Amino acid sequence: MYTQGLDQSDTRTPGPEEEAQLVQAFQARIDAEEKIEPRDWMPDAYRRTLVRQISQHAHSEIVGMLPEGNWITRAPSLKRKAILLAKVQDEAGHGLYLYSAAETLGTSRQQMVDQLLSGKAKYSSIFNYPTLNWADIGAIGWLVDGAAIMNQIPLCRCSYGPYSRAMVRVCKEESFHQRQGYEIMTVMARGTDAQRRMAQDALERWWWPSLMMFGPSDSDSAHTAQSMRWKIKRFTNDELRQKFVDVTVPQGHFLGLEFPDPELKLDEQTGHWNFGPIDWSEFKQVLEGNGPCNAERMRARQTAHQEGAWVRQALLAHAEKHEDIR
Amino acid sequence: MAVCDQQDLFTYLLRLGDSGLVLGQRLSEWVGKAPMLEEEMALANMALDLVGQSRMLLSYAALVEGKGRTEDQLAMHRDVHEFTNPLLVEQPNGDFAHSMARQYFYASFAERLFDKLQHSADTQLAGIAAKAVKEFRYHARHAGLWMVRLGDGTEESRDRMIRAIQELWPYTGELFETDELDRRMLEAGIGVDLHVLRKSWREDLDRVLGEAGLPLPADDAWMHSGGRAGRHSEHLGHLLATMQFLPRAYPDAGW
Repeated sequence: MYTQGLDQSDTRTPGPEEEAQLVQAFQARIDAEEKIEPRDWMPDAYRRTLVRQISQHAHSEIVGMLPEGNWITRAPSLKRKAILLAKVQDEAGHGLYLYSAAETLGTSRQQMVDQLLSGKAKYSSIFNYPTLNWADIGAIGWLVDGAAIMNQIPLCRCSYGPYSRAMVRVCKEESFHQRQGYEIMTVMARGTDAQRRMAQDALERWWWPSLMMFGPSDSDSAHTAQSMRWKIKRFTNDELRQKFVDVTVPQGHFLGLEFPDPELKLDEQTGHWNFGPIDWSEFKQVLEGNGPCNAERMRARQTAHQEGAWVRQALLAHAEKHEDIR
Repeated sequence: MAVCDQQDLFTYLLRLGDSGLVLGQRLSEWVGKAPMLEEEMALANMALDLVGQSRMLLSYAALVEGKGRTEDQLAMHRDVHEFTNPLLVEQPNGDFAHSMARQYFYASFAERLFDKLQHSADTQLAGIAAKAVKEFRYHARHAGLWMVRLGDGTEESRDRMIRAIQELWPYTGELFETDELDRRMLEAGIGVDLHVLRKSWREDLDRVLGEAGLPLPADDAWMHSGGRAGRHSEHLGHLLATMQFLPRAYPDAGW
């Protein structure tokens, strides 16, 4: 249904000498900051890396709709309901054009969705945490979208053309979401005692998982070095994490909220906020499927897919019957 | 502006606002559960349109009432018997066929209603209607296309669509009921003659069902009634319990 057939364009396999020349020319283009486009030659590993990264990103948008969707029907005012609906709709849109960007690399949306539903493909672990009170919706916008933007703004300059162009629009919408989230936190932090408690509780639960969103430390990151050479990635995980902490900590203090890190301290000399050690064992557990909501999120996606099967079949059957008059 | 009782206008606006709010709330329950990504976006989009219309209508109703209430006080601090939406829009989502049949029945009606309301003597209402009519036109087209696809698709989709129409049909009569308030609003040049809308609503329905190859429901079937007078189904209480939870639990909080 969604196959583009772009993988059919070049099936000829180059010899080893020719391959070496192609790789060299490819890297020269990357070094010259040229964009790689779908029909251009590219190393298989580059293609695989991008499909993995873009599809993970798309899956994260789709699974990310669930924790926020949890509060749409309970949003505390009509304005908040409208904003949250618009935000979650944006995320579906991001999923859609990220799947499209990945399809230009020869993998169909159907294949990618199947990989998500079978558990083979990953999505951002952050969405395996629950949204327990309304301030969580603020915290997700402020912290989770804030962290995502740190990761994603450099992707607007990614060497792969379709991905970099998709990211320009995604980033614009994400930065809007981030500001909306912070605005919710502001109202909550300045509200009643109960609201303030919700805001503090949300920050305590989302802070460390947000820092983990940047991925393992550079020394433990499997993909960083090659991705930097290919200019898929522009900054290391630790660089981006530090940047996020430096921007976010003063925002939290401005609201009078406390970060759940006794070691958080401003280094006057460097101007950076030092923070305590990240509990990577928790990160690993959530990655392995043992987070508080992993099973629920997967079940929700699988159920939606299964219960929608008859609709998709009907759509195809109807289209086939009317192919002649289209 | 024509002469009309402010209490009448308040109630009239409330009916329109409640209908959009309850249907928008229902559609928003679909988030994360749609049969495909494109429909995920369409359902959220329609929910957003309805909540947006409802905000304008309820805000205006609150202003007309003149008691200092707000859109949120009207939405979040009224109980079941004070809601004036027709029973159709509070019916549970059911499967995708149910949600699309409900959406088509209501949107096709509302498209015609707001088309007329664009010419209301109340300029504020006319302005809201001018925006709403475009949105309902899209909703009716979108849902109508799905009725055709599902009716004409597979045996299963056809069975499901037939069942959805059978179950929801008895709630369509109420849409066109005309009471004393409607008559007074019509006389004031503010409201719409609902009977007049029914003919073209039925014609469009017959066109859609014809394309879908689905049986036409009987005009003289038994019809439920009562929503506009505050006599609702059991479903509305649960919908409100969810929707109103936070402002009810924390009445002194602002959001």
